[in-house]
Amino acid sequence: MDTQNIFRIGTGAGFSSDRLDPALDLLRHGNLHAMVFECVGERTLAFGHRDRCADPNRGYNPLLERRMRAVLPLAQAAGTKIVTNMGVANPRAAALRTVEIASKLGLKGLKIAAVTGDEVSHLLGPNSHLMEPNCKLSETGREMLAANAYLGIDAILPAIEAGADVIITGRVADPSLFLAPIAQHFGWDLDDWAILGAGTAVGHLLECGAQVTGGYFADPGYKEVPDLAHVGFPLAEVTAMGSATITKLPNSGGLVDQRTIKEQLLYEVHDPTAYLTPDVTADFSTVSLSDTGGDRVMVGQAGGGRRPDQLKVTVAFDGGLLAEAEISYAGPGAVGRARLAGEIVAERMTDHRTDFGGSNGPTRIDLIGVSALHASAVEYAATAQDVRLRCAMRASSRAEADLLLWEVEALLCCGPSAGGGYRGHVTPSVMTYSTFVDREDVKPALEMFST
Amino acid sequence: MKVQLRQIAHGRAGDKGNRSNLSIFVYKPKHYDEVVRQVTAERLKKTFGGVLCGPIKRYELPNLHGLNFVMDQALEGGVNESLNLDGHGKSWSAMVLALEVEITEAD
Repeated sequence: MDTQNIFRIGTGAGFSSDRLDPALDLLRHGNLHAMVFECVGERTLAFGHRDRCADPNRGYNPLLERRMRAVLPLAQAAGTKIVTNMGVANPRAAALRTVEIASKLGLKGLKIAAVTGDEVSHLLGPNSHLMEPNCKLSETGREMLAANAYLGIDAILPAIEAGADVIITGRVADPSLFLAPIAQHFGWDLDDWAILGAGTAVGHLLECGAQVTGGYFADPGYKEVPDLAHVGFPLAEVTAMGSATITKLPNSGGLVDQRTIKEQLLYEVHDPTAYLTPDVTADFSTVSLSDTGGDRVMVGQAGGGRRPDQLKVTVAFDGGLLAEAEISYAGPGAVGRARLAGEIVAERMTDHRTDFGGSNGPTRIDLIGVSALHASAVEYAATAQDVRLRCAMRASSRAEADLLLWEVEALLCCGPSAGGGYRGHVTPSVMTYSTFVDREDVKPALEMFST
Repeated sequence: MKVQLRQIAHGRAGDKGNRSNLSIFVYKPKHYDEVVRQVTAERLKKTFGGVLCGPIKRYELPNLHGLNFVMDQALEGGVNESLNLDGHGKSWSAMVLALEVEITEAD
């Protein structure tokens, strides 16, 4: 094995709202060939469409400006390529904004690429089949806002070949953001499934940032994480064979060991022998780990098979408004009073149904502190003395949504004793379902800008 | 002896659409077979059926001493549709790690 030829790639963000300081540390001290900011999830893609509907020049990651201002000078100084899906629902607008920021910072000679073509609503029709409500598109009764296919490395490679320093995409499969620069560096063939599977395992481990370096992991008394406050973002030292050492900067907080690697290896994975991406059907079941200490774990032996013939598509629909309202009860009998208050709100909202032609959805009632996140499965604390009542409802008009807030606030005078601390808010929502399209119908496109 | 699963194993939950997955890894390989026998898809369904509405499938990863549970229709429509505070179901791992299991030796 060519031990000299190591590709160093790090994570700058593992989700849309991820921290920035660890990314900047890694850029300064990581000696990286490439850094990936992975910022799109089902939830944040929906937000992107919501923003683009409100303003056609928006729809990219809300932290793009702040991140680019800090990242671009460091990346240019270190010669680190930036790959990111911060374009979300509007990669072209994100690239143009990045060009503006780079120019304002006086960074000359930067090539910035926008990768588009993931928007495929033109390929869908009323009869397109959606998984998971398991119905035709026309049967949702909702307005389609957009449909985004998960693009793969074949969409990103032309931008790298064209010498882009910053590559901004919309919806791309998360591991592909990492696999593209790795595969390009080593010249891997796009039908070498075993090595693409290995590279996909590396990308998958890095794609959620600190989730592999001690974030989303600590459980005091059971799983201790040193200096979680300053948790470092991961970097991988990838070999030409596709194996890699996952690690972090020596002076950063957090930890990398077999436990953090294992948890992240299966994160959002279904069949571990067939992790589907646009690039490969990766097999994580064969992975071998070797913990060499000092926050370094070698990951090898992931495999792969032929890539799928179809691409997954996230279809976004207008989801109406989400209304949420809360009020607290404390002291002896808090659970009983909160429960009574919830029953009252549910009954009053039912009374109101006729006002809106019966169109408002059922009201969800949670008793935070007793049972909320795990809902009807488990009740944890029937004797809790500090309980927050949460009511939530999906509404099709602002008036309907406001009604829930009004009824929860009205508990102050017309509810059980000693309720206080009312808060309420209404947020526009986008709902998403999934479908598939034939990959040959999807046409990724590249636009290059420079400063 | 009876212990909480949390004492001998760790895990993580994630989501895709209306499907949740939850991994469980034992800290010590000697507990793997005991957990495989006792922490079954049927037991999850029976214990948490109020939340985990759809079919549950379990994958075994003996080389990593882990299990992966894939739970359909578990997320009230998924993160963009659910009225649950935790629309991702990120807290499901803590729910399952509270299960009691019988082990022969702790250390």
